[in-house]
Amino acid sequence: MSAGQGAGPAGGGKWTVLRRREAVGPLEYTRRWWMRLTVGATFLMLYAPIILLVVYSFNDSRRNIVWRGFTFKYYEKAWNNESLIEAFVNSLAIAVVNTLVATILGVLVAIALWRFRFPGKAAYEGFMMLPIVIPEICMGVAMMAFFARVGWPTGLPWPLTLSNIMIAHIAFSFPFVAVTVRGRLVGFNRELEDASKDLGASEWQTMRYIVLPYLRPGIIAGALIAFTLSLDDFVITFFTAGPNSVTLPVKIFSMVRFSVTPEVNAASTVLIVITVIATVLAMRFQSPSRRAGGEEG
Amino acid sequence: MAEGLPIIRIKEVTKRFGQTVTAVDDVSLDIREGEFFALLGPSGCGKTTLLRMIAGFETPSEGQILIDGQDMSKVPPNRRPINMVFQSYAVFPHMTVADNVGYGLKVTNVPKAEIRERAEEALELVKLGGLGGRKPDQLSGGQRQRVALARALVKRPKVLLLDEPLSALDAKLREAMQLELVRLQHAVGITFVIVTHDQNEALSMANRIAVMEHGKVRQLAPPSELYEFPNCRFVADFIGKMNLFEGRVAGVSGEEVLVEVQGLGRFSLPGEGEASGEVGIAVRPEKVRLRREKPDEDMVAVHGKVSEVAYYGGSSFVYVTDDTGRTISVNQQNEARTAEPGVTIGDELWCAWKPRDSLLLRA
Amino acid sequence: MESWRKNPVVFWLLNLGPAFWLFVFFIVPLTIVWVVSFGEKRGIVDIEITWTLANYVRAVEPLYLEIFWKSIVMAGIATLACLIVGYPVAFAIAFAPERLKAILLIAVVLPFWINALIRTYALIAVFRSRGSINFGLEWLWEQANGLLGLIGLGELALLGEKFAPLPLLYNNTAVTLGIVYAFFPFMVLPLYANIEKIDRSYIEASLDLGAGQWRTFFSVIFPLTWHGVMSGVIIVFVPALGAFFIPDLLGGTDSQLIGNVIERQFKSANDWPFGGALSFLLMYLTFGALALRAAVSGRKQGLEA
Repeated sequence: MSAGQGAGPAGGGKWTVLRRREAVGPLEYTRRWWMRLTVGATFLMLYAPIILLVVYSFNDSRRNIVWRGFTFKYYEKAWNNESLIEAFVNSLAIAVVNTLVATILGVLVAIALWRFRFPGKAAYEGFMMLPIVIPEICMGVAMMAFFARVGWPTGLPWPLTLSNIMIAHIAFSFPFVAVTVRGRLVGFNRELEDASKDLGASEWQTMRYIVLPYLRPGIIAGALIAFTLSLDDFVITFFTAGPNSVTLPVKIFSMVRFSVTPEVNAASTVLIVITVIATVLAMRFQSPSRRAGGEEG
Repeated sequence: MAEGLPIIRIKEVTKRFGQTVTAVDDVSLDIREGEFFALLGPSGCGKTTLLRMIAGFETPSEGQILIDGQDMSKVPPNRRPINMVFQSYAVFPHMTVADNVGYGLKVTNVPKAEIRERAEEALELVKLGGLGGRKPDQLSGGQRQRVALARALVKRPKVLLLDEPLSALDAKLREAMQLELVRLQHAVGITFVIVTHDQNEALSMANRIAVMEHGKVRQLAPPSELYEFPNCRFVADFIGKMNLFEGRVAGVSGEEVLVEVQGLGRFSLPGEGEASGEVGIAVRPEKVRLRREKPDEDMVAVHGKVSEVAYYGGSSFVYVTDDTGRTISVNQQNEARTAEPGVTIGDELWCAWKPRDSLLLRA
Repeated sequence: MESWRKNPVVFWLLNLGPAFWLFVFFIVPLTIVWVVSFGEKRGIVDIEITWTLANYVRAVEPLYLEIFWKSIVMAGIATLACLIVGYPVAFAIAFAPERLKAILLIAVVLPFWINALIRTYALIAVFRSRGSINFGLEWLWEQANGLLGLIGLGELALLGEKFAPLPLLYNNTAVTLGIVYAFFPFMVLPLYANIEKIDRSYIEASLDLGAGQWRTFFSVIFPLTWHGVMSGVIIVFVPALGAFFIPDLLGGTDSQLIGNVIERQFKSANDWPFGGALSFLLMYLTFGALALRAAVSGRKQGLEA
């Protein structure tokens, strides 16, 4: 993952040619060896622990870190660990509901803030940002206190047992969706909206044919962010989860506290893979090349 | 072009933003059916606000706008019989050219077959036939503007509004597009109302021009009248180049006013009004002649020294600094073919013009 | 932007849901904790709101003040480390050729989306006495010993009788490293965004006027990226201040940070009033840091999340 080696085979060829022929330009900082060394070392430190974690989930040895051959046995073990699977299913259910609700709320508030002037707007915007900026633990204890105080029912059947976690997740993740969607709205030419109305479209038609299609990449990216945030959340869930509503990160935490086992590695790897896929998708939808229109006719 | 009935009547319209900003200040004017009308003024003069009120994107704080005899105060933009070409063109980036042009018909439930037919027709009209399948990002700026035009014209509006339509184009294309717009207007016979800050654009295209400043209409007249007979210092200075002198009225007799200007002496010129007060005396650079000798008494003359010569090919601008330090610009046609400059910096000479070529400006 | 009065129906349709959610499930919970922080514990679950300040007084007792201070110091050191490592990385990304830039950016952001808990766990596997680093060191030790044996010095046991694993885990250094590891991408992103925005001609002008690369960096580039530095520092510092599972998993007995104390009040000690007071103090500290950033980085920029 060092700098300079990232380009594909075609680009690689061009690169070597360039490197041989030209001296390093004054602003070509990425072509200086010490810069590459720093970046390379940083990426190594960033990725090595994660890669080792994934690798050891396939290592056929319980205690030793020496490679003893490839195995799926710890995935099987994890699969047969009922409480682990239950936690995983809980996590997914929460993430799905959270994604739906948080995306709708986030899009609504993003459009409202983009479109309207109203008294107290600055304060309203500030409060919308609060869930993003306050320490997670403060939000966690607040949620815990809230559900205890209002006497949220505990003995509900699944999936209603998860309702308090869902509510908490939506509360902290919809502002993230709003921020993402607003980022996209910044680039929106307001004259498009005027043009649509000028051509005879109603409020609703303008929303449906002009604004929402334009926002789609931002909405998808926001939804994926909401999904990952929910799936990944440990702190807030830790304070709201009851004995019957354990999520995967909470489960992993309790397992990690006891010991380091390849099963935990396997469960972690699954979570890593899901989040990485969701994240890469989200980034693709947010990338500027998509914004320009994409496909050539 | 018939002297048609007013298609748009603007009656005592004022638009305020907040407590302090008055963007449009008590404007009344009529736009006639079939004419090419221009709202001209520097940025911030209120011309765009006025246009947006006609389109329905802003509501007047006071006054009334009538389109084809109907009061528009309760009519939202999507119900008005007018369409607009936006400054940024506002071509929907996620739709094809044909979908863009057909959009205004689709949202008003025109049958699909008719949409296709009319869209293709409109694209032909703006010379974009066959490009219906393209996406906006595959078009040049000029082509995108044509899409915006077709999209508005396909709705067969009573009035087409154009908000600075040429400002995003480069100089060459702009000139071609000016002719194109005039041709289009003749072809479709729809009233065009254009907003622009570029006097050349307005002068070359419009039948009538309203010059605006600080939210007020300073003068409303056909291009030639505006150029030759501006009614105030602002219009005189804004349209074309103008030499302005400050003077005062010394007397009035019949249709002549006797004025006195420092350095120019006393002379009379056409005009009327009070027999006293400060006035502006204006003369166009092309009306001024350069003389080596002191001209006759019947010419207005001022002595000075050439401070700069700017050569433009067909003509040159000669800047003369007079004995009181004022700069007078003179436009000289380069009629004979020669590489020799007629005048050079430092030459001492006279600037002269006929008294009736100068204008009396009281405002 | 139009006034909400022009279209109140649309305005309320858009705002009702989000505003409701924010109020009921965020503002109200925070208010409950705030009110509770002025209460007194009466029984296992009973709390009487007496508007006492005792919980806040207790929070500034030396014991807790020291924990607050330690949290600030550790978060500060971790933030500084992030800045020192993050700046060159952000710089390299900003100046990389387009294609490489996209790849490097994703490479920096990706770990940030992987669960922080899992990444902390991954560090345990690296740091523990039978972890990757000690394993590597042991291998080196054996090689060195073998080499000594070869040249006839094996008898002297110069490197000790047996390899002693380094105690890398369960101390404050491990916690600091854990915080750096968890929040590093938070530092790189705002820095990158700022460095990327610098007009290249400023740098060229500086070089052209005779300044060397280092001089150019300290006189031109760094001052121009000050906003990014402030953003990065605050974005790392704030969550680092409230971290609780990182010290819990990587720290020793003396690595308690303020987050751990809050957690204990709510989870095991069941002293909500005191926990509430602590978490509001932590929140005020956070707001202080944010206000500082707003003040330093100036008027025009809003929150870049």
